Amino acid sequence: MDTSSDTAFFLGVTVVKVVVILWVLLTATAYLTWLERKVVAHIQSRWGPYRVGPHGLLQPLADGLKFLFKEDIVPADADRVIYWLAPFIAFTLAFLAIAVIPFGGSFSFHGHVIPFQITDLDVGLLFVLAVTSLGVYSIALAGWSSNSKYPLFGGLRSSAQMISYELSLGLALIGVLMITGTLSLRGIVEYQQQHGMWNIFKQPVGFLVYFTAAIAETNRVPFDLPEGETELVGGYHTEYSSFKFAMFFIAEYANMVTVSCVATLLFFGGWLGPLFGPPWLRTWLPVFWFCFKVFCFLFFYIWLRGTLPRFRYDQLMAFGWKVLLPVALLNILVTGAVVAASS
Amino acid sequence: MTPVQALDFIRVLPEIVLASCAILVMVAEPFVSARHTAALAWVSLIGIVAAGAGNAWMRRFSGPAFGGSIAADPFASYFVYLLLLAAALTLLGSVRYLETNQVHHGEFYALLLLGTTGACLMVAATELIMIFIGLEISSISTYILAGFRRADKRSNEACLKYFLLGSFATAFLLYGIAFIYGLTGTTNLVQLSEKLSAPGARPPLLWIALILAFVGLGFKVSTVPFHIWTPDVYQGAPAPVTAFLSVAPKAAAFAVILRVFLGGLASAGALVFWLLWISALLTMCLGNLAALWQTNIKRLLAYSAIAHAGYVLVGMAAAKAAGPEAGEGIASVLFYLAAYALMNVAAFILVAHLAGAGERYQEADDCTGLAYQRPGVAACLTLLLVSLSGFPATAGFFAKFYVFRAAIHAHLIGLTLVAVLNSVVAVYYYLRVVVAMYMREGNPRASASPLPWPLGAALALSLVGIFYLGLFPTPFVRLANLAASPLP
Amino acid sequence: MVILFYIAAIVAILAALGVVLQKTPVYSALLLIVVLCSLAVIYLLLGAEFIAFIQVIVYAGAIMVLFVLVIMLLNARRETPGQGSRMARWLGGPLLVVFLAEIVLAAWRQFPGAASPPPLNAGPAAIGQLLFRSYVLPFEVTSILILVAILGAVVLAKKS
Repeated sequence: MDTSSDTAFFLGVTVVKVVVILWVLLTATAYLTWLERKVVAHIQSRWGPYRVGPHGLLQPLADGLKFLFKEDIVPADADRVIYWLAPFIAFTLAFLAIAVIPFGGSFSFHGHVIPFQITDLDVGLLFVLAVTSLGVYSIALAGWSSNSKYPLFGGLRSSAQMISYELSLGLALIGVLMITGTLSLRGIVEYQQQHGMWNIFKQPVGFLVYFTAAIAETNRVPFDLPEGETELVGGYHTEYSSFKFAMFFIAEYANMVTVSCVATLLFFGGWLGPLFGPPWLRTWLPVFWFCFKVFCFLFFYIWLRGTLPRFRYDQLMAFGWKVLLPVALLNILVTGAVVAASS
Repeated sequence: MTPVQALDFIRVLPEIVLASCAILVMVAEPFVSARHTAALAWVSLIGIVAAGAGNAWMRRFSGPAFGGSIAADPFASYFVYLLLLAAALTLLGSVRYLETNQVHHGEFYALLLLGTTGACLMVAATELIMIFIGLEISSISTYILAGFRRADKRSNEACLKYFLLGSFATAFLLYGIAFIYGLTGTTNLVQLSEKLSAPGARPPLLWIALILAFVGLGFKVSTVPFHIWTPDVYQGAPAPVTAFLSVAPKAAAFAVILRVFLGGLASAGALVFWLLWISALLTMCLGNLAALWQTNIKRLLAYSAIAHAGYVLVGMAAAKAAGPEAGEGIASVLFYLAAYALMNVAAFILVAHLAGAGERYQEADDCTGLAYQRPGVAACLTLLLVSLSGFPATAGFFAKFYVFRAAIHAHLIGLTLVAVLNSVVAVYYYLRVVVAMYMREGNPRASASPLPWPLGAALALSLVGIFYLGLFPTPFVRLANLAASPLP
Repeated sequence: MVILFYIAAIVAILAALGVVLQKTPVYSALLLIVVLCSLAVIYLLLGAEFIAFIQVIVYAGAIMVLFVLVIMLLNARRETPGQGSRMARWLGGPLLVVFLAEIVLAAWRQFPGAASPPPLNAGPAAIGQLLFRSYVLPFEVTSILILVAILGAVVLAKKS
């Protein structure tokens, strides 16, 4: 086979992968909203959506159509360019991060080995961090460009919160990096495979800090102050309607998925799990394990939302800077000492 | 590059000691009760003395460190002593000042020590990036120190002006460094000098880079026309801070100019010479002329500091003009800076005392009749001003003498003539303050409280130094010559 | 690769021009982010993935966020040019020409023609080696610089 057809094949496969993954992710985020409503409803002894389709299963579709057909209102005196830009930034970044997430080993197709991943970067983890670190702009800009009080407050709160927790989030991952010695997400999973042990057992503190910070980073309960309905009407997206609002909404759920994927890869062995059965099953079981683990995290998110009350804003900042950050630093210190002593 | 060894760390010992001491002071501050905050000053002083001891011990291990980015040579050692002296005098002068003006102690001392650390790194650095980082450390510390009296509008103004213009100047320096690197491919001064002195290796447009770097450094030593910030900042900053920032960052920047323009970029001869020559002329004349109109003592001393920078530049121009015999000019600059440090720090910390709480009395008229109430204090200030004006038997005299002699030996007759005329003009404004103190009757508004003992000790130390340099300069000249030897 | 480079370079230059010429501060800040991101793309093309993403994380993700926040808090709308900008125009124009000439000339001389530079070893490990072995002093001293800056922020912002 000559190189040009090789390249064409590679490009084709990549395009197929991108399309499939985007479709899966969009569907997943849509059904995540359904899941959330259902689970929270059951926690609160209600039924949740029940009318559109069996058990309300077609509810996400109905919601999507509703968003599409609603009137799109732009507030007077809003900064139009940025007002438009903000939801697009949110949406794009949320889906960009998934490009480097590996969700399984690899499979053979016509003599080609195709990994379950859009692209494998040497510094994949940094890519994820870079993309999520840009996410704050969409919120800040949305809040500012709406030219309205509550969104501005929401945007500011959210930006401050995200900057504060991003620090702990990044630092919490350093422990894992020190142990595995690689920034490649695939490499980190392979390390766990070689050592036969998930990183969570070596980095429990790192995981707790990471997941706590990640919840704050995705603006979820109990850290959802930027969207505190009771105080801020709805936060940075108060003035957004119709499809632009939907984009923020989807981005938020997609971010939850990304964060859960990273947690799975770094701490819970990614796609590793018991393998059995015929070869095709051995190929697809890892993907299943990966999705299952991610699902557990997402369920946990929703569970938290149904259980915990919201923090007060000063508590949130104090917790981030005075508890989470020192713990993350201490974790690095201890991990570094252990790694240095054992090498 | 060779791997880092223990020797490398020994060669930056003073900086390590200072930085550690600063961190210690900073961390200890919350645990020290409000009544004992002066203890932090003594800890800092011990740190400075220890750094000095380290500097002395280090002499046995001189040589380049960290792959040639630092040089532990007599030149660096000389300047480190000078900077430590300035820091110690400032520290002694600020203990009581901080109490009367209710300024936070811990951060003040920590910033003072860190600022000194940065300046020490500047003088020891033989690599442009290290120079830049050292400069930034010392600059940022002094920006903050200048704004330490936060309730005072002038202090805020000083802080903001110093910060904005300082950052602007730093950008110039950085731009120059970037160009030098882009044109030659190195930031190491030794390699730079080798590359540039190779035949046919003069990159075009290097002069732009040179001018940019000179502008950046010229700001730090407040040469005309980059002096516009000086009077406002010196006046607005707390007086002990002014004492420090008029000496330490300035001396360090002069050291950098010597290292960069007479060392690394020495082959760009004529341009550097004319830069120095013109700056010297403008700086001397404008500093002295403007000082004539000042009634505020801090402002007056600010313009006097500008004028002194002009004399230093004369010495540098002389060194540049002398070619291979640059040693005399460089040594004269080193001597001048030592004398200047003693006089200027002492003058400003004394003014800090006289100005009283909140620095209300800064005018020359506020000192009217001071000699009758506080003859000791008045005599002290008189001696300092007399030395600044360059009377014989004081350090100021020999400082000027050596600079002028070097200039004449380098055949810079015109520049020397202007410098001598300037020194004569300068006598007038220095003596005006003296006249106010002695010749006029009246009640001085300036603080007539007795000198606190740390301040007294600092003044005594400076006066001893001033007279020592003024009466027995020869041993010190030998020291300056030794320190000047590492430069070509 | 070359096409990507030119796209990134042109975007960077246009955005940089926009930063300077734009009258609304928020737009300037956003365009600066675009500049930084296109520089990251160029790093990526050079094979320096680590530097590229660190560039995005540190500059675009952290420093510029503060810029944007400050601009928003000040609610700075369109600027009107003052006296100062006239002087800047007089001084800036010639300086721009001179600097540009210098850069072009320097780049021209450096241009080696046939010989391509050796591949860059800019992975995290290589950079770590450089930072903690060869350049350990500037690296550590920079931490003092940052300490000073933090100390300053605390001193100047603290409630008295």
